[in-house]
Amino acid sequence: MTELTHLTIAEARDGLKAKTFSATELAQAHIAAVEKAKALNAYVLETPEKALAMAKASDEKIAKGEARPMEGIPLGIKDLFCTEGVTSTAASKILGNFKPPYESTVTQNLWNDGAVMLGKLNMDEFAMGSSNETSAFGPVVSPWRREGSNVSAGASGQIEGTHLVPGGSSGGSAAAVAAHLCLGATATDTGGSIRQPAAFTGTVGIKPTYGRVSRWGTVAFASSLDQAGPITRTVRDAAIMLRSMSGPDAKDTTCVDLPVPDYEAAVTRGVKGLKIGIPKEYRVDGMSPEIEQLWHQGVEWLRAAGAEIVEVSLPHTKYALPAYYIVAPAEASSNLARYDGVRYGLRENGKDIVELYEKSRAAGFGREVKRRIMIGTYVLSAGYYDAYYVRAQKIRTLIKQDFEKVYADGVHAILTPATPTAAFGIGEKGSGDPVEMYLNDIFTVTVNMAGLPGIAVPAGLDAQGLPLGLQLIGRAFDEETLFAAGQVIEDAAGRIKLPQPWWA
Amino acid sequence: MSVDEKTVRRIAHLARIAVTDQEVPHLQGELNAILSFVEQLNEVNVDGVEPMTSVTPMTMKKRQDGVTDGGYPEKIVQNAPATEDNFFLVPKVVE
Repeated sequence: MTELTHLTIAEARDGLKAKTFSATELAQAHIAAVEKAKALNAYVLETPEKALAMAKASDEKIAKGEARPMEGIPLGIKDLFCTEGVTSTAASKILGNFKPPYESTVTQNLWNDGAVMLGKLNMDEFAMGSSNETSAFGPVVSPWRREGSNVSAGASGQIEGTHLVPGGSSGGSAAAVAAHLCLGATATDTGGSIRQPAAFTGTVGIKPTYGRVSRWGTVAFASSLDQAGPITRTVRDAAIMLRSMSGPDAKDTTCVDLPVPDYEAAVTRGVKGLKIGIPKEYRVDGMSPEIEQLWHQGVEWLRAAGAEIVEVSLPHTKYALPAYYIVAPAEASSNLARYDGVRYGLRENGKDIVELYEKSRAAGFGREVKRRIMIGTYVLSAGYYDAYYVRAQKIRTLIKQDFEKVYADGVHAILTPATPTAAFGIGEKGSGDPVEMYLNDIFTVTVNMAGLPGIAVPAGLDAQGLPLGLQLIGRAFDEETLFAAGQVIEDAAGRIKLPQPWWA
Repeated sequence: MSVDEKTVRRIAHLARIAVTDQEVPHLQGELNAILSFVEQLNEVNVDGVEPMTSVTPMTMKKRQDGVTDGGYPEKIVQNAPATEDNFFLVPKVVE
């Protein structure tokens, strides 16, 4: 029998139902794997007692024949989701001791469907980053290594050598799924934070349409862009998990009142007769030839499966990233105003209330977060609002119209690379110029700006043996087509062989 | 556009983040790198374009204007660094 930690969610669900193993055994196998993988720094908090209690409850449900859609499935939860009574930090010092007295809608939906929580996952602070290097808990080590690299598990429990980043901001989620430390993980995506780490780690990640998933109880970064989604090892697993995470929520007015389709049923639909667009503006300078080759391969796979391929134009693509770096920091500066050292979180005393605020926030926020709050404050300040913020929101309208025109011409989905390069090493990017790091999101950020769904699917390895991903962008609320086309790519590429546990 | 040291200090104060003298030049460089990156947006003709206010066309959900939750002040203040009798404590604001 396959190791329990190497099952897919679909296989585990079927095995539990057939009583081949119990939810308790499945949880125990994962707790042991997590225990041996501390050096990866993927989990910031492990909750084994909670996992075993939830697994026991699942075993009782299964015994009574009342198994729910995610019954007994052990998951990792990104530390951006508030979990009742369990420390939730957003990987920031400012929330270091925060124990929410409530549960986020996404996690509550998963528990209502029977899922089991293994712990909280590392991430970039407040989800601001593309490499997991901005976390107050330190970076996550990618389970992937370049061929012939010197990275190894050191004697002291510390990783030796220059390791790779897992991407970000959902770096802990992607690393945990790729290293078999959970069957699936929750993640969030504001500019690419699900799809870029999925591409870097050979996993599947979907950012659903804005409004598909409730944002209630998820620590806010940029409210008009943030959406939660799953990271899993297969397209089918992403479909199973997204269905449980989604749905209307009275507590979030931007969460739509639309029924959630049976995404798993869409996985086997195929792409026969679908029109897939290839946007010429995504052929950017400096894109690696391997990514170009992979993209071409993806086109051929979809064509062979019966899709019609058409070239399309999204003329405002190059302006999405600069517009994002106005809109997202502006919203962040407003959202993060709540961390004042008064109602919750870290406090540094001062001689008056203003000094208390200034010292608390200086001590609690990391460098990247401070930088973004300050940019946001500047672009919203008197005299600059129209020149920066209003202009960026107008450009956002143009970006959305680009997509609307393409879809009005009958295109069902758009195929692009997920990232311009494979994973890079820790400390390699953004130390001098923050924009160098931001360019990671060049292919993913347009999707958030337009509120559309996007999925990253592993499609091959580069010459160094590192995974590369393709992205499919869909019409609003048509995640089903993404699962159908994603499965075609997964079938054609073959499941990526994930790394052996060299860290254990 | 670019910011000088004085503007960096002003933004930091507006954002209520204390900055040290050593931090200011670094922040200035980083903020200017971002501002120069977003400069390219000026190439785009945005005449007659409506700024985006809602990314998905939808009408705001409404409900009866009534109290549906609450009555647990101790939960509200449980994470606060300093409280007394279910009130948040701050330094004296009004003399």
